[in-house]
Amino acid sequence: MKLTEENVRYVAGLANLTLSEQEIHQYAEDLSGILTHMEKLNELDTTNVEPMTQVLFAGEENSSLREDIEHTPLPNEVALANAPVSGAGYFKVPKVIER
Amino acid sequence: MNIAKLTIPEVQDGLRQKQFSAVELTTEALRFAQAENPKTNAYLTFSDERALAAAARVDAKLAAGEPIGALGGVPIAVKDVIVTQGVKTTCASKILSNYIPPYDATAVERLEAAGGIILGKANCDEFAMGSSNENSAFGPVRNPVALDRVPGGSSGGSAAVVAQGTAVVSLGSDTGGSIRQPASFCGCVGVTPTYGRVSRYGLVAFASSLDHIGPFSRTVADSATLLGASAGRDERDATSAAHPVPDYAALLGDSVQGLRIGLPKEYFAGLAPETGDRILAGVEVLKRLGCQVSEVSLPHTEYAIATYYIICTAEVSANLSRFDGARYGVRSAKSDTLADMYKNSRGEGFGTEVKRRIMLGSYVLSHGYYDAFYLKAQKVRNLLTQDFTKAFEQVDALITPVSPFPAFKIGEKVNDPIQMYLSDIYTITGDLAGIPCMSVPCGTTAEGLPVGMQILTKHFAEDVMFRLAHQFEKAGGFTA
Repeated sequence: MKLTEENVRYVAGLANLTLSEQEIHQYAEDLSGILTHMEKLNELDTTNVEPMTQVLFAGEENSSLREDIEHTPLPNEVALANAPVSGAGYFKVPKVIER
Repeated sequence: MNIAKLTIPEVQDGLRQKQFSAVELTTEALRFAQAENPKTNAYLTFSDERALAAAARVDAKLAAGEPIGALGGVPIAVKDVIVTQGVKTTCASKILSNYIPPYDATAVERLEAAGGIILGKANCDEFAMGSSNENSAFGPVRNPVALDRVPGGSSGGSAAVVAQGTAVVSLGSDTGGSIRQPASFCGCVGVTPTYGRVSRYGLVAFASSLDHIGPFSRTVADSATLLGASAGRDERDATSAAHPVPDYAALLGDSVQGLRIGLPKEYFAGLAPETGDRILAGVEVLKRLGCQVSEVSLPHTEYAIATYYIICTAEVSANLSRFDGARYGVRSAKSDTLADMYKNSRGEGFGTEVKRRIMLGSYVLSHGYYDAFYLKAQKVRNLLTQDFTKAFEQVDALITPVSPFPAFKIGEKVNDPIQMYLSDIYTITGDLAGIPCMSVPCGTTAEGLPVGMQILTKHFAEDVMFRLAHQFEKAGGFTA
């Protein structure tokens, strides 16, 4: 499977990634090679095979749920301590809505 | 006392016999680790203050005659993808280079509750993506056995500190071989337990259906102790298993006489000759211990790499969408609009391999390709898992190589992602099936490079796996 640089730009948009021209060129080549290897799976007939989304074990009903009791969340100032920009108890980001 | 060779029982005997206090041992362990670290770059951060406070608590318990816990006073390193409250956790990535977690991972909490002393955070491939530890934003780790070679990855630092003697044991994470492959390259023990055996709360998510936390050590018994202390149900991780945790360390002495061992024929083609020779010599040791050895087949093995890199990259693209420069981590200086903030923070903050996997995952999940790649891979994952289920109807454990070849030179494979991915060929199947598997030292090549033997058992049969590995270690004398 051959990916064009145009394909790579489109996927980078989906993934919210700024890539340099050199990266776009490199990833077009890398992804084409890797996807070609992945096409190997087409050798297998999987018509009647169920997809496996997760490793599962037998257990009691609802055994993965915890008791529905309140827990104290992180205090506001602790949650904000790693924010690149914060203010008035909130995360701050560039303006989204133009007046 | 040779601090570089200590085991957990030796630490505990030393404390009880008052050869040293926990604070003395911790002080010396920190000094030694900090002096030795420039050789390998295995630690990214040292947590002196936290370690000494934990040591003081162990000494207080000793003085009061209280039990100090299964890990009381034991110096431990933790892979830098596992969060530690107040201690920088970077995932070896530029985008998290300033991140100080406000909470502890459950595994970390449990190790400290058992008396463990966390010396610091171990280097790794960025977000645990890589097979050589060359993808760290803070420089590669060097293999302590041969400094011009890679320690393996992604938990390269966790393996290196144990091999180098700058921690007694360590925690790593494994998604496609990231514990076993570095353990085999560095000549130590590395264990990937059953999926869900150890809580992943506080493990920065890479591929959630595949991620595991597990131990590294110089002896099998120490890994058994570390797993016992970290395993068990955690209500903060809905995927953690409710199955009771046996006392693994207490079960090591049981005989392996009559255990049925399978050698999957697909795992013995395409090996470096010396690797194959070492594993077959290891199998002879197991035969002498009374194991019954037969050949088995895992027929879908050749599809494992393609399956794994579709599923893992799909999950990567979803999990890593949280790194956006808004709430934590590094925000790009070029953030004039919200869209620019997202795109530039991610473009600048992630390294080459992480971006490659986000791109691949976004592609295989994108409209028109989902069925052809992702759904197909999930079906083949089922076939690969059924291969194991059928094999375990015939045998109690499987023996294979961990890696087709021993540690390679730094730089040797870094520009060829497919070659790098292929080095995971024997380890990713265990992760896809979620079964327990481990690497145990199995001698060295003529050049002195360690070879690791992989033991795989069925879900929650860690006790069988540990027993085999322990009896093998005793009989073979292959301890690091």
